[in-house]
Amino acid sequence: MTAFVIRRLLVSLVVLVGISMLLFVLLQLMPGDPAEMMVDPMSFSGDRAAAVALQRHRLGLDSPLPVQYARWTGQLLHGNFGYSYTSGRPVAEVMLERLGPTIWLMGTALVIALLVGIPLGILAAMHRNSAVDYTATVASLLAISLPSFFVALLGIYVFGLKLRWVPTAGMNSVGGGSFADFLHHLILPAAILGFALAGPYVRYARAGMLEVLGQDFLTTARSKGLTRRRVIGRHALHNALIPLVTVVAIQLPVLFAGAVVVERVFAWPGMGRLALDAVLARDYPILLGFVMAVAVLVLLCNLVADVAYAVIDPRIRL
Amino acid sequence: MAVLDTASATGVLPAGAGALSPGRLAARRFLRHRLAVAGLVMLALFTAAAIIAPVVIGIDPNQVTPTAVRRPPGAEHLLGTDSAGRDVLARLFIGGRISLLVGLSAALVSTSIGLALGAVAGYFGRWVDGFISRIADVVLAFPSLIVIIVVAAFVGPSLPTLILSIGLFSWPTPFRIVRGLTMSLRGQDSLVAVGGLGAGPTRILRKHVVPVVVAPLTVVATLGVAQAILLEATVSFLGLGVPPPTASWGNMLNEAQSLTILESMPWLWLPPGIAIALTVLAVNFVGDGLRDAADPRQAR
Repeated sequence: MTAFVIRRLLVSLVVLVGISMLLFVLLQLMPGDPAEMMVDPMSFSGDRAAAVALQRHRLGLDSPLPVQYARWTGQLLHGNFGYSYTSGRPVAEVMLERLGPTIWLMGTALVIALLVGIPLGILAAMHRNSAVDYTATVASLLAISLPSFFVALLGIYVFGLKLRWVPTAGMNSVGGGSFADFLHHLILPAAILGFALAGPYVRYARAGMLEVLGQDFLTTARSKGLTRRRVIGRHALHNALIPLVTVVAIQLPVLFAGAVVVERVFAWPGMGRLALDAVLARDYPILLGFVMAVAVLVLLCNLVADVAYAVIDPRIRL
Repeated sequence: MAVLDTASATGVLPAGAGALSPGRLAARRFLRHRLAVAGLVMLALFTAAAIIAPVVIGIDPNQVTPTAVRRPPGAEHLLGTDSAGRDVLARLFIGGRISLLVGLSAALVSTSIGLALGAVAGYFGRWVDGFISRIADVVLAFPSLIVIIVVAAFVGPSLPTLILSIGLFSWPTPFRIVRGLTMSLRGQDSLVAVGGLGAGPTRILRKHVVPVVVAPLTVVATLGVAQAILLEATVSFLGLGVPPPTASWGNMLNEAQSLTILESMPWLWLPPGIAIALTVLAVNFVGDGLRDAADPRQAR
């Protein structure tokens, strides 16, 4: 087990270095010059080219690429992700500020998706080919097929503009900062993100449960006189839920991508919106920091899922 | 087809089915799937509409009319006009072309890459497999939307960029299917015999692996089309996909981010949104039907 974790960590490290190098090179090739953008064309009356060159030197953009990369990774290991081109503030500081809102959004969405998706999938499997099954299947297919931005727009239209139950954007009301106000802002975006996520959960939970229900040990459990409740609750559920640990980890990228879209539509001040703004402003350090953060999180969660899988299911040997 | 052959050989098929070929049986299973047939009909209609309708209605989708901006649906413009006075219906049809084009091409790219790499990894195994599989893991672990946005930002948004980047970041799913199947085939006596008769890797892969893989790969490719259409719409919605003035369902919705439009001009954002939803739904229905048709053991 320990050897497995260490090996996986090492592989993850190599992968991270690979990703960082690739992205660093890619991002250097981006059109648009940040030094150029930082010199205000209006206020500068003197030698503009010299001013741009000075700015470029200040940002370290005049060094060769390997030097820039080495400098960047060196800083990275010291917890310094560089400085945002647009605001001049440390990347780590800007990202930390955005991390909280994103975790709230993604966490709530994940909880909603699990609480809705898994029971629905299990119910569908237990009442196969019934109205419940049919509804669950169609609902999950809808959740997978509807683009999250369209669902978000529909949600704003119905619950925000027509019914006026929830605010249409932002994280807090102007002037108001209570926790209840925050939750009021959170519920719609989280529900929409959770809806997109729940689709696959329903399908996997249903498929997992169906597979377990058909197995011999359940027939044994039934034939030795256990109640249906006990057979389902203890023997079937336990085994059906194991693969879902991996499913949650596999679906993580979906959660991140969904968060980018939902944060954009709801003007939610999270990491996704930060990244989109960084793309538009060609703010390389922020973009690199964001992509690295996502990579670390995804790799870490996959590792945790693998280990959790082995802990829950003793048949798996790492 | 060979998957179905083995299925009939092992006696999984119902008795009395002997008179029908495996292909006919698969078609029959597909047609029994009502939603899949409905999806296929819908897709056929959409494709026909995307190809023929722009010609029939005869309105230039990029024709800007400053005097007829944001007009509600009426006799002259059946679905109204957008903020530049362009006809929404005409743009909807052209947008359908773009969506279907991107969806099909991107799925073709990812399926081809997945097939080639999967066959190679599954056939040669060892470090070749380890290397390619690791890359697949990384690509799969990474949110493709974010990578596509970054790529779009650095090469500049364009149709080929979009197709290629969606294709390049969606190959791990077909790859895994092909790799798994190739690996299990590789161990079978018949392939060892073919190798012993002097067939090289290229011939074995082309003649004995690819035909087996085609059925499950078609299913994955179909679901890949749905995925690609969704990705294109999302990236275009964020303003980093199909560049204006070309219409795409995604970038038509981009405008709807203003609350005024959202609240009082539903003709601007409901039609493209519904079009995306219906198309992706239809493709997914077809994919599900194909899955059941390709795998007789998982009959519903």
